[in-house]
Amino acid sequence: MPSISRLALAHFWVAFGLFLPAVVLGAWQMLMRSPLPAPLDDPNLYYVSMTLHGTVMAYVLTTFFIMGFGYTLAAASLGRPLRGSRAAWVGFAICLIGTLIAAATVLSGRATVLYTFYPPLLASAWYYAGVFLVVAGSLIWVVLMVINMLAWKRDHPGAPVPLAMFAVTATAYLWAWSASGVAAEMLGVIGPAALGGSTRMDAGLARTLFSVTLHSIVYFWLMPAYIAYYTLLPPAAGGRLYSDRMARLTFIMFLVFSLPVGMHHLFADPEHGDGFKFLQAFFTFFVVLPTLMTVFSVCASLESGGRAHGGRGLFGWIRTLPWEEPMVLATGLSLLMLGLGGLGGIVNMSYAMNSMIHNTSWVTAHFHLIFGGAVVIMYFAIAYELWPHLTGKPLRSKRSARWQLWSWFWGMLITTVPWHIAGLLGQPRRAAAFDYRMPAVARWATLVDISVIGGAILLVSALLLVFILLRSLFGARTNESALPFAVALRPSSRIAPALNSFALWNSIVLALMIAAYGYPIAQFLFVLPPHSAPPAELTRSAARAQFP
Amino acid sequence: MAESPPREPEPPTERTERRWLLAMCLLLAVMMAVVVATSLAHALHPPSNVETIDPLSLHLAGEFVENNLGAALEPDGSVTVRLLAQQYSFVPNCLILPADTSIKFRITSPDVIHGFLLVGTNVNTMVVPGFVAEVRTRFAAVGDYTMPCHEYCGLAHHDMWARVAVVPKDQFSQLGSTQRRRCAIH
Repeated sequence: MPSISRLALAHFWVAFGLFLPAVVLGAWQMLMRSPLPAPLDDPNLYYVSMTLHGTVMAYVLTTFFIMGFGYTLAAASLGRPLRGSRAAWVGFAICLIGTLIAAATVLSGRATVLYTFYPPLLASAWYYAGVFLVVAGSLIWVVLMVINMLAWKRDHPGAPVPLAMFAVTATAYLWAWSASGVAAEMLGVIGPAALGGSTRMDAGLARTLFSVTLHSIVYFWLMPAYIAYYTLLPPAAGGRLYSDRMARLTFIMFLVFSLPVGMHHLFADPEHGDGFKFLQAFFTFFVVLPTLMTVFSVCASLESGGRAHGGRGLFGWIRTLPWEEPMVLATGLSLLMLGLGGLGGIVNMSYAMNSMIHNTSWVTAHFHLIFGGAVVIMYFAIAYELWPHLTGKPLRSKRSARWQLWSWFWGMLITTVPWHIAGLLGQPRRAAAFDYRMPAVARWATLVDISVIGGAILLVSALLLVFILLRSLFGARTNESALPFAVALRPSSRIAPALNSFALWNSIVLALMIAAYGYPIAQFLFVLPPHSAPPAELTRSAARAQFP
Repeated sequence: MAESPPREPEPPTERTERRWLLAMCLLLAVMMAVVVATSLAHALHPPSNVETIDPLSLHLAGEFVENNLGAALEPDGSVTVRLLAQQYSFVPNCLILPADTSIKFRITSPDVIHGFLLVGTNVNTMVVPGFVAEVRTRFAAVGDYTMPCHEYCGLAHHDMWARVAVVPKDQFSQLGSTQRRRCAIH
């Protein structure tokens, strides 16, 4: 097995190996908050479970998966060995150690602060240290992606960087910018208090810094799905990429527009004025553009595939697409979930409509449908696509892979559609239990019960995923197949320098970030009178004191 | 420069894609206009008053001392409600408020972050220690409203519920100031 395959597979196994128990936790949480009886019926455990579910899904599954995918794409699309693979293993080890420290601390009951931290709640310093290591280790990946792109450009002056590599490098820059928010929160607000050096925590500043990360991190998670839409889907569908230039522009737009918009998560917060909230709401509208471009491009690529398979007429090409290919099927299901979730997202980002649904189950439903649904189903499809390439053994089998994708799709819909409705009926998110005897709460009961069924289906689907990936390790070795990348309808040998590098775009991001976040962050340091609160420790002993 | 190749004509694929991009920009511009127009027309403003308060001393002096909490009738006939959100209850935990009256909620926290939501209304704000969140509303209908904390605030977060009873305007004005802080009439 070549070293790049070992490296990538190690990342994917950590990602999916921890994904499965995190799905078990999610399914149990749904049972716990429903009127149905749940095993281990204990609110404290619910919050421990929710912290672990969020930490694994948001930080571990995504980071490990994206790093593994990035290394694979860098080697395959540039057609040469990865530079710095020893550093890549060091990064892997740092992230893995961080994950184990964070998980152990949460399980010990000393870090029940959810993955978004909520200072002035304060967990054991070990939890933050663990998450910090995951972020720090992933920055090694960022540097390696940039180095590999630059080295290739040096060796091929004037040639367009392969689209897959260009997109992965955009993802790396996006993550570096995004991580700066949570890193500043940990170093500036949480760290000093967790280590005992400070007796006050500025909750407003912490929320503002975290909001820098909070939206762009979602685009970091989304990027593998979009890279697959543009570079892996067209060959799987037997078609071509519609336009290489527009694809690059799309990834650039993601980098530029997903960063100065995080304050739309703070619409309902009192620590910022109308002006900056409105400015960032305005920027948020532009984030929709690259997604709308992608919808066009994906449909055009699929159409070229369907017509190549003999499809005729306005919609005849849809029927002739190779739906038996997991990548094609997953893309179709992913786009359906992206469409539904996107409509919900427009409500969230609307400055005033947000008041209806802020922090209700609607929001939980929205991001599960977009991230857990549209994005993670593409993680599955990417794994199915890469597995033969990485292991040298065929996938066993495409039929069970299709079952797995369909069950994930239905499980996600059955879970999130009732959540949307319950959110509109006022169900708050992040609560361990509800008193279903209250009339206002009783109205949600049926909806919550239905979502429990969805959770069970998702659990079965996750089990099936890991079973398929494991089973495929035991096949007969075939020739290692090269990873096919999309070819544009009109490949061009020349490209505008701006679409082949990131210096210009990173400068624009810097300018936008200063405009959008400069004053909102500076006000806490220079303008507002002292207002910080003492930390509220959430350790096991603190919990015992509260609930003797 | 004589050697430079002639400019390539724009391929049809990119023309189509550029048109789509334009159409989508227009769509977004319309949506943006709707959002701006509706928030201006209906005066829908999320809490954005950026008003700081010291969370450690707010119970000692100022508007959030205990006997000043609850609903207060203003000279102009409107009502101001002052509330504390703390681990794990609202103070006061039950309110009586008049229907069809302009109501201003002022709410803050002495400890951690909480959330304030009146189910079935647009009253929805984060409560961040160090800041006073201000939201305004007007209840069109009498009835009982629930008020859950909607932000994780610790291990008994799910027990943090309060209640608002909205009564007809004239019934409210007959209540004494201490009665307005209790929900005994239900």
